[in-house]
Amino acid sequence: MFDTALSSADLIFLAKGAGMTIVVTAISVAIGTVLGIVFGVIRVQLGTVYAAPLTFFLDIFRSVPLLIQLVLANAFMGMVLRLQFSGLTVACMVLSLYTAAYCAEIVRGGIDAVPTTTRRAARSLGMTWGQDMRHIVLPLATRVALPSWIGLALGVMKDSALVYVVQVTELLKSTQILITRLQEPMFLLLICGVFYFVISFPLARFGGYLEKRWSND
Amino acid sequence: MFGYTFQWNQALARLPKMLDGAVVTMEVAVLSMLIGILCAILLTLLRLSGSRSLRAVATGWVEVARNTPALFQIYMAHFGIASFGIHLSPFVSLLIGITFNNAGYLAENFRGALKAIPDTQIRAGRSLGMSQTQAFRYIIVPQMLRISFLPMTNQMVWAVLMTSLGVTVGLNSDLYGVTQDLNALTFRTFELFAIAAVIFYIITKIITLSARLIAARLFRY
Repeated sequence: MFDTALSSADLIFLAKGAGMTIVVTAISVAIGTVLGIVFGVIRVQLGTVYAAPLTFFLDIFRSVPLLIQLVLANAFMGMVLRLQFSGLTVACMVLSLYTAAYCAEIVRGGIDAVPTTTRRAARSLGMTWGQDMRHIVLPLATRVALPSWIGLALGVMKDSALVYVVQVTELLKSTQILITRLQEPMFLLLICGVFYFVISFPLARFGGYLEKRWSND
Repeated sequence: MFGYTFQWNQALARLPKMLDGAVVTMEVAVLSMLIGILCAILLTLLRLSGSRSLRAVATGWVEVARNTPALFQIYMAHFGIASFGIHLSPFVSLLIGITFNNAGYLAENFRGALKAIPDTQIRAGRSLGMSQTQAFRYIIVPQMLRISFLPMTNQMVWAVLMTSLGVTVGLNSDLYGVTQDLNALTFRTFELFAIAAVIFYIITKIITLSARLIAARLFRY
């Protein structure tokens, strides 16, 4: 097993793939979180009935496989709109909306977890809606939402393994390319798996720790 | 306006084939879920056991399942296992991969559910003359399944969505695989995948709605 044909150039190739995974994840999580917060607040403000169209729109991203979302977006951009977007752009757009759909749900849960009486108290003390949101809801909702958000960000990193379908060579795809050439699937897949695990495991543990620490008060 | 003519008829003519694919997708999802629940109960037991090595195996399974991409797990089940000379069919590989993933996530759910069941209940069962196994079987497992019913529904939806990854190991009989093959024949990429997306959406809605109905019926009191 330690007798491998893996060269240093191949390792650099893998590192580039890993870099691509991180870039795609970072962009998508950043845009998706901002969008998700906006969507989540809108959903809470509008109430169930008026927010129904938005809820339906976001629900699509959670009910259709990411692979199909990517293929559809790619086909729509390329064949229907004839836009020359790169695979990376399409991947980030789809993953951002995908993140936003889940993030809106987390944000909504966080805001709902703030007792209505607390918010009414803030308003009756003369705070504006904005002040209420910033000084009352934000700190309290963050406690509920942050652990889930960490889970979401890690989920997006793992799901970014699917962007190979729009010709983005991320870690798993570069591993596969090397497997085809070197014919050492077990060894290469282990390297790839360890990379994901090393990033995901500590952060997941940290999320679990925050959840435990923040839950009982 | 778009300079692109939608040809829905061509794609819709292939709908029966795609529905056949949807049946295979459901088969994989349901099988992986059933085996996954059994494995998850086993993992939960192992994590409670006194043996350190058994606990380590179970924890290792759960953490790897939760911290690596599902696609990676399916690759492992296909290409990884193949390097030991065991060549599985794409269907079996996909099933193993998804089951592994399901079991990991479900075991974590079960662990959370287990915390919600008071220790005193086991002691009550034991003092009524039940054996350890009986107490687990008749007191813990039913409550555990009930508390984690909602997470299990979510996992079922995930399992359905994950079946689309089977195409990466060469499965062409599930919904995604069928759609991709049809796409190679007709090049109506957008139309075909839009229909596949609608089918997936309907499947997930059926699952969540029926789960809600079942929950209302099972957990009345």
